[in-house]
Parts: sequence; structure tokens; C-alpha cells
Amino acid sequence: MDGDNRFGLDRKIRLLGPVRLDSGAEFAPVDFAYETYGTLNADKSNAVLICHALTGDQYVASKHPVTGKDGWWTRMVGPGQPIDPGRHCIISINVMGSCMGSSGPASIDPSTGGAYGMEFPVITISDMVRAQAILLEYLGIETLSAVVGGSMGGMQALAWASLFPDRVRSAVVIASTARHSAQNIAFHEVGRQAIMADLRWNNGAYYGREAPASGLAVARMAAHITYLSEAGLTEKFGRRLQDRADGSKGAKSFGFDADFQVESYLRYQGLSFVDRFDANSYLYITRAMDYFDLAEAHDGVLAKAFTGTKARFCLISFDSDWLYPTAESRRVVHALNAAGAAASFVELSSPFGHDSFLLDAPEMNRIVDGFLKAGEGR
Amino acid sequence: MTQLRSDLAIIAQSVRDGSRILDVGCGDGQLMAALRDQKNVDARGLELDARDVATAVARGLSVVQGDADTDLADYPDGSFDYAILSQTLQTTRRPDLVLDHLLRIGTHAFVSFPNFAQWRIRFAHMFGGQMPVTKQLPYRWYDTPNIHHVTIDDFRAFLKDRNVIVEGQWFLSGDKPRKDGMANLLAEHAVFLLRRK
Repeated sequence: MDGDNRFGLDRKIRLLGPVRLDSGAEFAPVDFAYETYGTLNADKSNAVLICHALTGDQYVASKHPVTGKDGWWTRMVGPGQPIDPGRHCIISINVMGSCMGSSGPASIDPSTGGAYGMEFPVITISDMVRAQAILLEYLGIETLSAVVGGSMGGMQALAWASLFPDRVRSAVVIASTARHSAQNIAFHEVGRQAIMADLRWNNGAYYGREAPASGLAVARMAAHITYLSEAGLTEKFGRRLQDRADGSKGAKSFGFDADFQVESYLRYQGLSFVDRFDANSYLYITRAMDYFDLAEAHDGVLAKAFTGTKARFCLISFDSDWLYPTAESRRVVHALNAAGAAASFVELSSPFGHDSFLLDAPEMNRIVDGFLKAGEGR
Repeated sequence: MTQLRSDLAIIAQSVRDGSRILDVGCGDGQLMAALRDQKNVDARGLELDARDVATAVARGLSVVQGDADTDLADYPDGSFDYAILSQTLQTTRRPDLVLDHLLRIGTHAFVSFPNFAQWRIRFAHMFGGQMPVTKQLPYRWYDTPNIHHVTIDDFRAFLKDRNVIVEGQWFLSGDKPRKDGMANLLAEHAVFLLRRK
């Protein structure tokens, strides 16, 4: 594999495609931005695909080029971790619709020479997965030893096992769901409306001009609350006041500055997000998540989505996650049982809400490690 | 390989090679692991305790966190050769319904339980006048998980009422097997292999 420039950090490739979309349209050509860690073994049996969440990217375990921060899942992926480049060929791909190099609304439409903007097709989670399958074909990988993801990444893992039942041996689905609930859709709609209410959004045609940063920041702030738990917020901030910019002790301003620490924190989360994310991508990806209902194409019977799957599944939920609560994971487990699939499931305890899967969770690592190793022994 | 608890050892010996089993209340998966390693069994587990589930999954077993009282309904009819309920019957809220599910899900069902009519327990009642605390039943009345005390004779009568076929029965005193004779008085544990009529 040395010298094979398909593998390595920060890869980019344009492939002919097309991706056949759920909407009925076809999308081509398709740009992919991705990374690989580790080496594909001779029988190509050690490939592990990591799927990222809504605002994640391909920089799972390497420095993010914009923020300079470490990869977003170094606790799970890296030497000595459950997903280990010493043993696995790890692939992470920026999802279609995103803004870190794979085709998305900010990409240049080769037919016009300008950004797609709102001309970019509305895509689904399954479309993202079909696109990933095209890249894996280019990499010469027929079967995945495992597909692993949290949150929207977990949706992709489920969709992989459902769409390509012969090509996935193990699926790890963390803090995720097989469908978006009314509440999930409602929160996303708040975010989208915030973006579209920003005059700079300009029906998505803002490239080369000022981006709708305040709308996107508000969308991020609202979403960020759903990633945390009430207990977590209380512990971190309580009702504590923010120290003033001049260094003086926090006090109520009797105005609308960020008096409370939690306000200041959220504003910071919103502001730092707009530096690294595209507002239109946020619209498209939240739409894809809202459209996600794995049972829909199977007469509403989730078990049918897994009929004939050879994959084994490991689901993990967190007790303080109210975005994708344990009941949603259980629903998937019930369907897997009904389909006769090999399923494991555990609810872990953590005070940190939905984001728990990104944080230090030794029990999660122990489970994923054992689950993956057992699959590799088969 | 650690020694299996004696009721589990009986079950492990009697399960056919290569069969499909569901272990309800599988703990950390000791029996499942033994069956997988020694008898090439396709084993699935259900366990309430998250820590035990984590340990079982980490040793490569397919175990789902769940409750025998509520979650057995999700398994299809006849999806396993054996449904196993070891030392769990007496902790369920509705042992009768749990047993119905076992016999529905599995072609055969193994059920093991502590015999609350064993003479030491009777003795403690008769002379001590208090709920017994023994080696086999180390709990006190207020912290015991055993909420449905059952005896071997109770269980036999229950099976008869429901027309359940007994394919095998084993009795234990301590870790040692013992004969059928006066099992209700002398045995500390019982293991039944059952089938629907």
C-alpha cells in the first residue's frame, strides 16, 4: 500500500458516480474528501469505516485544518484504542452535503462554474451511504469489517447494514436512532429557520459574499443545548455569572449582555462554529437526518430493514441522552431480535447527555473493543 | 475457564452441539461463553444489569440489556432451540408469563431455581420463626431479589396445570447431584428441561 496515493491523510478524489438519490435524481460527478489510517491487509478484511455526525468531518484522529484541534474521536480511534491503525485500515469520509471537501452546496458545480447553493439536490442518510460505497469501490474494499458511528454516524451504520447486508460484518451504533422523532425534527427546524431568517442567507446564494453567520450561530446554539443534559449544564454553569471583559466580577447588567456563564458559553459555541461550517450544509444535512426513518421503505416494519443481514450489531445508548434516548436504541434492538440478527445493547450511565459518546467513556471503549475483536476472530 | 455453577454445568452438558440458545438473565455470560467455546452454540443473552451486559459484550457475546418481564415479547416464536432461565424465575414479577414466553421462544426451555421447601429452610421457619438466610439464599427479607418463592412441588403442579412436558429434571444439594426421591424436601436446587405439548 506504500506509494498508493489512494490511502493516507487528507485525500481528495473526484469520481464519476453517479449517486442514485432517494429523490430519484442522480448526482455526478462526486467529490470525496477522506482520510485513512493503518494498512489494508492482503485479504482486505480489516477495513473499518468511521461515520461522522452532523457537524463532524473526516478528521477523526488527525488535526483539523481549520481549528487546529485534535481529531474528534481520538478517544476511540488511534494506537491502543478499540479502533487501532495497527490492526485496522480505518476510513473516514466527509459525508455528501457537508463542507469539508466532499460534494456539498458550497462545492463548485462543474456545469455552471459557480457554487451549487440551493441547486444541490436534497439528499438522505441512505444517499450519503451510497456515495460512501462508491468511494470504497475506488479503494478496492468490498467488505467492511466494521462500520462505526455515533449520532448521525450511527444512522449511517444502520443504513449501511440495511442497504448492503452482505458488505458489513459488524455495525457499532452509538447514541443514535433508526428514525428522527417529531422533537428531533422540531429542533432542526428551529435551526434552519434561524439560518433562513438571516438576510445574508439570500436563498442560499451567499458564496463570495458575507455568510449568514448569525443565523448559523443561533442554529448551533439551539442544537448544542440538545447535545447536553440539564444536569450537565447545571453542574458546569449553574446560575453563575460571567466575569466582565475588564476582569471585574460578574454581575447582572440589567441589560442583554451575556450575564450568565451559560449564555457566554453558548455564544462562543455559536461563533466558533461559523468559522468552520457552511450554513447551507447545515440545512441539507439536518434535512437528511429529518428524512431518516429506516422502517419507511419496509412498510413501516423496522425488522424488515434487517432481513437477511449477516452483520452483527452493537448498540450503546446513554441514560442522560434526551436527543436520541435509550428507547430509540431499544426499538432497533427489538427489530434486530425479530430479524434474528446478532445484537448487543447496553445503556451506559453518563451525566453528559448526547455528547457522552465523544467524551471519555471507558465502559464504551471496553464494549466496542470486545465487540470488534470478537467479530475479527470469526 | 472457570468452573461453571453446578446448575449451569447440567444445562451445558445437555444442550445439543451447534444449537441456538437464548440465555435469559445471562449475567456476565459465563454459560454462553462456555457453550460457544465447547459446543459451537449460537448464543444470545438478555440481562438486566448494565455492568454484566458490558462484561458479556466485551467478551464477544451478543447480549442485550433488558428485562425478562417486559422484553421477551420481542422475540419471535420458535426462534431458539433452547431458552434458558437459570436462577432467575424467582426474581421475575410474573414467573408464569415469563415461562409462557420461554416455551414460545424456545423449542425447549431450561429452568433452574432454588427450592424453597428444602428442609433447612423449613427448619428455619419452624424453629427460628424468621425468614431463613442460608448459603444458597444469602439475602434478608428486605433486600432479597427473590420475590416469588417456589418449591419443586409447586413447580411440578404448575407444569401439570399447563400441560408442559418435562423432558428432564435434575436436583442438587450444594454442588452435588442427588436422586429424585424426596427432592422437594432434600434438594437445594432444581433444573428442569421443558417442552410445550
